[in-house]
Amino acid sequence: MTAKAPLREVKLVLPMAPDMELVASQAASALAAWMGMSADRVDEVRMAVVEACINAFEHSHADERRVDIAFAVWGEAAPERLEIQVHDNGVGFSPSEVEEPRIEHKIRGDRKRGWGLKIIQGLMDEVRITSGSRGTTVVMSKSR
Amino acid sequence: MTESLKLTIDRRDGVAVIYTDGYINNQGGEEIARAAYTLLDEGYRCLLLNLTGTKIINSIGISILIEIIEKMLEIEGKLAFCALTPTIEKTFHIMGLAQYASIYHDESAAVAEIVV
Repeated sequence: MTAKAPLREVKLVLPMAPDMELVASQAASALAAWMGMSADRVDEVRMAVVEACINAFEHSHADERRVDIAFAVWGEAAPERLEIQVHDNGVGFSPSEVEEPRIEHKIRGDRKRGWGLKIIQGLMDEVRITSGSRGTTVVMSKSR
Repeated sequence: MTESLKLTIDRRDGVAVIYTDGYINNQGGEEIARAAYTLLDEGYRCLLLNLTGTKIINSIGISILIEIIEKMLEIEGKLAFCALTPTIEKTFHIMGLAQYASIYHDESAAVAEIVV
């Protein structure tokens, strides 16, 4: 049995450098638009990708300062779902131990940051995170 | 690739409107904060951020906006946003920012509401 292939696939390797998240966002935007997503949904994908890249840049502590991103458009005859994998080779973390940010704590607290995952989860249909000593992979998807 | 942020400031009676044009990342957020704190030093207590020219923002930029909101709460001032893209507005709601800063669709409605 042959595994199904995506209708369209794009792979990027980005250096962890300022504004490189915008390169990923442009690829996401182009693919989502090609799928026929509404402009608002395209924007949501774009923003989620930016956040996933920034999380990798800021928190992975990876010696190898690069992020691997794979975009795949899935569907039977027509594009139905965009899946995006963002992988870093960092030290990993335990997703279950990440405290959910709350605005009432952030507004008076010293640390205002830590919103990335919450934003990604709020903007995408599905988000899965696998993380360990060989790095972190965020897999997120959104249907058309 | 860099979409550096450009700011324009309109000082009016009782309110200063900060127009953003470009990507609000950490540098962009810091530029907005500098502009906001300068306006507070000038005596303004109502600030409106008009994001018409901003199509993308990241969480680091937003965290700096949260610092400005905290400062406005301390001085009992008002900070409001207008002309957000639907995605930026949705993101602000996901984060709960709307509890601390009003969001308006257009500038005239915002000015009418926040200027006392």
